[in-house]
Parts: sequence; C-alpha cells; structure tokens
Amino acid sequence: MALQLIAYAVVMSLLSALVGLGASRYRALLRLACFPLLGLSGLAAAAGGLLVLTGTAVAAQLPLGLPWLPWSVRADALSGFILLLIGVVVFAVAVFGPGYVREFQHGRHSLAALGVFTGLFVAGMQLVVIADDAFMFMVAWELMSLSSYFLVAFQHENAPNRRAAFLYLLMAHVGGLAILLGYGVLAAFGGGFGFDVLRAAELPPLWAGVAFALAFFGFGMKAGLVPLHAWLPEAHPVAPSHISALMSGVMLKVAVYGFVRVTFDLIGTIQVSWGVIVLLVGSASALLGVLYAMQQSDIKRLLAYSSIENIGVIFMALGLAMIFLAAGQPLLGSLGLIAALYHALNHALFKSLLFLGAGAVIQQTHQHSLEHMGGLLKRLPYTGTFFLIGCISIASLPPFNGFVSEWLTLQAALQGVVLESGVLRIVIPVAAAMLALTAALGAMLFVRLYGIAFLGQPRTRQSRQARLPSRGMRAAQALLALLCLLLGVTPAIVIDVMGAIPQALGGLPEPGITGQGWLWLTPVAPAVASYSAPLVLLGLGLAWGLFYLLLHGPRQKRVRRIHAWDCGFGPLSPRMQYTAASFSMPVRRIFQPVWLLDERVERITDARSQRLTGLRHQLQVGDRSWAVLYEPIGRWVLAAARRVARLQSGNIRTYLSYSFFTLLFLLWLIT
Amino acid sequence: MADYLNLQGWLLALLQTALFVTAAPLLVGWLRLLKARLQNRRAPALTQPYRDLSKLFRKEVIVADTASPLFRAAPYIVFSATVVTAAVIPLIAVHLPTAAIADVIVLVGFLALARFFLALAGLDVGTAFGGMGSSREMTIASLGEPAMLMAIFTLTMTAQSTNLSHAIDFLLAQGLVLRPSFMFALLALLLVAVAETGRIPVDNPTTHLELTMVHEAMILEYSGRHLALMEWAAQLKLMIYGVLIANIFFPWGIAAELTPTALLLGLAVIVLKLMLLCAVLAVAETALAKMRLFRVPGFLNLAFLFALLGMLSHVILEVGA
Repeated sequence: MALQLIAYAVVMSLLSALVGLGASRYRALLRLACFPLLGLSGLAAAAGGLLVLTGTAVAAQLPLGLPWLPWSVRADALSGFILLLIGVVVFAVAVFGPGYVREFQHGRHSLAALGVFTGLFVAGMQLVVIADDAFMFMVAWELMSLSSYFLVAFQHENAPNRRAAFLYLLMAHVGGLAILLGYGVLAAFGGGFGFDVLRAAELPPLWAGVAFALAFFGFGMKAGLVPLHAWLPEAHPVAPSHISALMSGVMLKVAVYGFVRVTFDLIGTIQVSWGVIVLLVGSASALLGVLYAMQQSDIKRLLAYSSIENIGVIFMALGLAMIFLAAGQPLLGSLGLIAALYHALNHALFKSLLFLGAGAVIQQTHQHSLEHMGGLLKRLPYTGTFFLIGCISIASLPPFNGFVSEWLTLQAALQGVVLESGVLRIVIPVAAAMLALTAALGAMLFVRLYGIAFLGQPRTRQSRQARLPSRGMRAAQALLALLCLLLGVTPAIVIDVMGAIPQALGGLPEPGITGQGWLWLTPVAPAVASYSAPLVLLGLGLAWGLFYLLLHGPRQKRVRRIHAWDCGFGPLSPRMQYTAASFSMPVRRIFQPVWLLDERVERITDARSQRLTGLRHQLQVGDRSWAVLYEPIGRWVLAAARRVARLQSGNIRTYLSYSFFTLLFLLWLIT
Repeated sequence: MADYLNLQGWLLALLQTALFVTAAPLLVGWLRLLKARLQNRRAPALTQPYRDLSKLFRKEVIVADTASPLFRAAPYIVFSATVVTAAVIPLIAVHLPTAAIADVIVLVGFLALARFFLALAGLDVGTAFGGMGSSREMTIASLGEPAMLMAIFTLTMTAQSTNLSHAIDFLLAQGLVLRPSFMFALLALLLVAVAETGRIPVDNPTTHLELTMVHEAMILEYSGRHLALMEWAAQLKLMIYGVLIANIFFPWGIAAELTPTALLLGLAVIVLKLMLLCAVLAVAETALAKMRLFRVPGFLNLAFLFALLGMLSHVILEVGA
C-alpha cells in the first residue's frame, strides 16, 4: 500500500512534467493540469511517507537501470519522514501555484519550462529519498540538481539571474562529484553499489574518515553550510517564489537526508572528531547566516540567508548526536537526531510559509526591497497574519514549533557533562551559547522583517495599493501556518511517531522524549527537564482572556482613533519611519568585521545657496566568503587553464605531432 | 509528572501567581522610595504605582489611526506572556505543579515572546521613536540572552536539571557550598538583569529624552489600559529577574513542603530578599550614570565573559571534584 502510494507520487509528478510540455501552446494547462497533478503527487507522497513512518519499511526492484545493476528502492522510517515533509510542502505549493503564476501568464516566459522542470524537480527529490543504491541515488540527485538549475534560470533575461544559475550549476556539480567519490570509497570496500552492501562494508578508520569528509563536503554544499553557502543566497531568491519555497523548504532537507543516510546509516561507526567538526561548522553557519540575513534588504535574499542559519542549527544538533553516539551514549544520540529532524520538518514548514508569503507580497507590490514596503498587514490581512505566524515560529518563540526543536537541541547540548573529555565538556556548552545568540539575533531579524514590511506606513505607492492575493494562495499559507501551530502545541504526538527513525538507523534506541503522555516533552528524564506546550498555550489563553474580560467591562469607554502625535510639526510622513537599514545599524556596528561593508553618505547641496537639501545613504553588504575562498580558487583555476592553453597553438602541425607522440607513447606502453 | 493532578497544588500555584502579579508594582514602589531617600528627595507613597495603574485603567484609550490590529493585541500578548513566566517561577514554594510546565529555557523563551511583540508594537505606528526603541531593545536583548542562558546553564549543569524547582531543591539539599562558578554566574545574571529590565546604566525608565530612551520609546504611543498593561508587564519583569536571582543563588528559606508555617516563612524570606536586592539596585542606580548606547555591548560582553568564566570554572574545578 505504502509502496503504491509512493509510486503514484513519483508517477504523478512525472506526469505533471509531461503535461507541462503542452503549456507552451495552451498556457492555461499549467494552472489547470500541472499544479493539480503536483498536488496529488504531494498528497500521495505524504500519505505514503506517513504509512512507512508508522508501519514497516517497504522495498522493491525497478525494471530500470543497467542490466547488471537494476535500480532498487526502499523506504524506511527516515525516508518516510522526509517523504512526508516533501509531500506536505509540495501540496501547499501546488495550491499556491495557480494563483501565483498568473503573473507569468502573459509574459514572454516559457511556461512549459516552468511546468516540466517543476515536475521533474519534485520527482527527483522523491526518488533521492527512496533510492536504495548509490547508482540510482546519483541519477535522482542529478535530476533534482539539473531541473532546479532550469528553474533558477527561469527569468533568464536578467544577467544576474544567469550568473546565479551558473554558479548554482557549478556548485551543485562540485558537490555532486564529492558525493559520487564518497560512494566510490564505500563501494570499493563493499564491492557493490546497493545500500545493503555499502552498509555491511568494513572500512578502516582512515578511509571511513575520507568517505565522511567527502559526504560532508558534498551534502554540506547542497545544504548551504558556511563557507560553501555562496550559491544559496544568489540562487534561491531569483527563482519564482513557489520554487524558492521548494528549494529552501525541501531541497535543503533532501541534502540533510543524504548526510544522515550516509553518515548514520551507511558508514555507521562514527568518530568523535567528525561530530566536533559538524558541530563547529553548524555553529558557524548558524551565526553567520543570521548575521548576513540581518543586513539584507531584499526580502527573498534575507529568507535565503536565514535558511543557512537554520541548516546550521540542524547540523549543530546532528553534530551533537554524532558526538554522543561516538562516545557510547546512544540515548542522547537519538535525542540529538530527533531534535535535528524535528527542526528540519519545522524549517520546511515555516520557510515555505515565509517564501510563499514573500511571493504574495512581491506579486501584489512588485517590490523586492523591504525599504519599499510597509503597512502591508492592513492591506493583506491574511498574508500578514500567516506571515506573522511564520515569523514567530522561525524566531523560535513558544508555543510555536521552532521553539520545540531549539529546546530539544539545547537539552541535548546540556547533557554534554556526561562526556569523558574535558575539552568537549567546554565546547558543547559554548556551542549552546552560540545557539542562544543565534536565536536571539533571529528574533531581531524577524522583528525587522515583519516590522518594516508589514507594519508602519507604506513607503511606496505600490505598497499602498497592494490588494488581496487569490484564494488558493491564501489557503496554502493558512495550511502551513496551521501546521506550524500544531507542531508547536502537540510536539509529543509527532515526536512519538518519529521515534521509529533512530530504530531504522542501525537500531538506535528510542529517546523516550514522550514517556509521560501527549502533554509532556521530557527528554532524558522528567526531573531533568519538562515542557508542556498545550498547558503553556492554555496558560497564555487564560491570562489573556481573564484580563481582556476584566478590562472590557460594561463601564469601559470606547477606543478613540486619532492621528499619532507629531510634536506639532504637521503630519508624519512614511519617510520619518525607521528603515530596514537603520533598524539593523546597531548590529552592524557591533559585529562590523563580519561583513564587507561599503557604506556611503552623500550630501546633496543646492548649487546656488550651498544649503544642504538632502542626504543619500548607500549601503552595500558583501559576503566575505567570496574574497576569502571563491575568488582565490577562481583565479587559480583560470591561471591553470591559461597554462594548459599554451598547448593549443592553433597550428594543425603541432596538433598532429601531439597525436603522433601520444601514439608512440601508447605503443611503448603496451609492448 | 505524577502529581500534576493534585488540586491543592494547583490552587497554591494560582495563589502564588496572583501574589506575584499583584506584588510587582509594590516592588517598584519600594525601589522608588529607596531611590528618593538616597537622592534626598521626598519619596512618593509606597502604593503610588498602584494608583498610577488604576488611573491608567480608567482613562480613555487613544490609538493612532495608522496603527494595525497588532498594536491593540500586543499589550495583552506581552502581559500574558509575562504572567505565564511569573507562574512557572518558584516564589515562595518549590514543587508546585506549574513548575513542570516550563523549565528555565522555556522561561527565557516567554520573555523573548513578550519582547518580540513589544518591539513589533514599537514599529507599528510608523513614528521614528518607536522604531528606534525596537531596534535598540532587540540589539540589547540579543546580546544579553546568550549571557543569561550561559549563566543559567552553569546552574543547570550543577543541579543536572533545567527545571527550576528541581534545581533549587538540589541546591537546598547541598547546603552552603561556596562554588566559584556561582559567583561568576551571579555577576553575569545581575548585569543581564539590569540590561533586560531597562535600568540605569543601560536604560533609564524615567526618561523621555529622545536620544537615550529604549523601553519608553516603544510604548510612547500607548495610552489608557494598553499603557497600563505594558507598564505592569515591565514591573512584573523586574520582579521576575529579582526572584530568579534571589531564589537561585540564595534559595534558603523557600518552602520545601506545603505546610502553612513553611509557606509563611517562605513568604517572609522572599520579601526580605527582594527588599535587599532592591536596595542594591537603588544604590547602583544612584551611584552610576547612564552610559552611551554603544557602550552597552561592552557591558553585556562583560556579562558574557563572567558567564563563560563561570561555566569554565564549573567544568574545570567542580566536575568530578
């Protein structure tokens, strides 16, 4: 049953791609057929994933692939969980899409490209998760990478978009190469490509380390870990918003899946040093991601940098899990793993919600910069409310879902005292403090995003005239917002279901977070820590209700609305408000060395009277990783290419002599 | 978790919360009285904060016409998040059923939730002051929160529980042990508390000078009952930090069992502790001047450093020793 559902899901998304071919001629086909098929695919994937997660693993062999190497698929609890995540977000995107693509309906963009590659992209992600041999995994992985390249390049008439797409393609392939080599190392010791063979392979510690490093590099690049993240804030924002939601919400989780699959499942025996590396890289990504996000004014770029932050948090939890597993604490290892995967699910939901919200805002205002928005909550009340829920969730505030995973991660970190090594006992709490700093800065980031874009007064005419987005777009956001609340209030139920995942990864124990019933989360033991989200929500509601009733008695006067106090100088103008750049100015000053800042203030004076008539403030925020890592590598590659190019004189006689000497050399070799 | 259906416990917890919430203005009154005496001024009555609140509750509410619905919801959210925080902190007794609902990390989360909406409300009307206040408040908080959590982690690692009630119980059972880590953690928490509750030298609760205000700038547009709720929440926050410091670092006297004598003793002891803490704060506020905004990061870095030292001395000196 589960297997059939998953098969339906893949077939539906492929069918959606096929139907998309016709959209170049019949433009309505995209809205009327492609998205509904995609929605069905999402539903089937979610249902299949849930069945696998609550039931048993399923496997099959496909009549595809090479004659001696048939493709095999298998879905265990981990695959089921990620399939569920993919399915939910794909369904929401399919509900959102028809209203959103109206914008492209009469443009010169190829709707066929959008339809075909969206379908292939979704199919690719679903296939990666159920692949049971390295060969099929790589094929599906490339399908996912390549089709998303075309989606990033969708609006290719802008040169920056083409550049972003090329960068994405390049990085995806460097990463893909590393993953392929990683599987190669495993296959060399296992003698086959099936995951069951790779799992059984006995690797000497050095080669296991090599395989881990390659996998970490490859999957980390796809997930956008610092310093391999440079493509992510370029590529994610330039795709259409529903694709950004899929890329940030889902594709990054597929990379997390790949890392967990290879490290926890295939390699199996984890070394402590790997865990420390993952923890440190995760901390750096989390902190730098949020700091970079803080200085962005483009709403989608900001969200993309925030994805780096959240991926960092996921990898921090994974690093903790690896350290505990290597130190012989499987219970705590499972706790870290559950925290990481729960955060992955949460991030998929709220990041898709925020990207869809950003898409609705951009469709209505045609503005990308926060500096041109403002007052949108009044004009887009539904989008504004759902976006607020997304912001609270991602800022990890109780009682929403982001807080639960962050709390679990901190609880795992606090158990670092059980470790033998004194260094680790210090490193882990400091990493936990980094996580706290990240969370606090994240709250500031989303106050900035929401406060500037949705509150205050509109800063441009377009923002003032924004109108309600279509019903489907609102419904998709409502669904995701509701799920954010549900996962925040009833985490025990979800985590109880997720308990099967550690079991599937080499028989780790269930962490027993939900041992006290559905009301309570009690990692480790009830006396050590407990959190009851339903009771918290009840308490908040009671306090609110009580004081609301007390203050709204029969004798209460009505609220009077007048203009805000303007110190007697005449009406307040929107230009007097704080801007996004001024909001984050204190942080810019405190953490100055983090960015490459180019800040200029230009004084505009009247030519005749020499009086100051205005000031122009310009701020460019550059990513330091370019200067430190990418540009040197780029220069080195170009220099090497120039050396090699000396061979190419353009003279046919030289080329013939190359061939001749090569032939001689080969003949000498075989004699 | 087994005793969370205990009715008597819930009643006591509710009473304790009500006491917490109603006593918060009194604490501020006491602080103002002390400060006035120290500065050779005539002191307002101890109950002045109550009179101010009741006056505000009776006044007409004026809302700017640029404000969104969030502006009117924010005071309720801020206030109820702060009340829930107060509900989970052991004030006069440990082992009340509310303590298990949320541990100390969740408590920091509640305060962050209140701050989130406070800062959003500051941005909502679209005046320059509100945005300025929000930006500053969030900056200060984002530097203060890690220091606070780090100090708390030192405590929870010692007590091996993030549950406040269990941690205090553990410390009581240990008796009087001088821990270097706790000294540093106490210093860190004191500095963070000053910053988070907006006291001198970080912020001045009595100023409305544009260049210096932080908390006041955010609530500038509020009036009537909305303002009253915001003010009350701020007073409650001061009391929350006071009780946290008093009961974590000097837990002696808190009621360990739920008998009338123990509860009365607990009440007397916490009143005494808070009065003393307020005296320390009043002296500090009288002696110090408010610092420039960009000196505040240095102040909070010092707090973080203390917290880190506390953590290190715990790991190096105390674990296994």
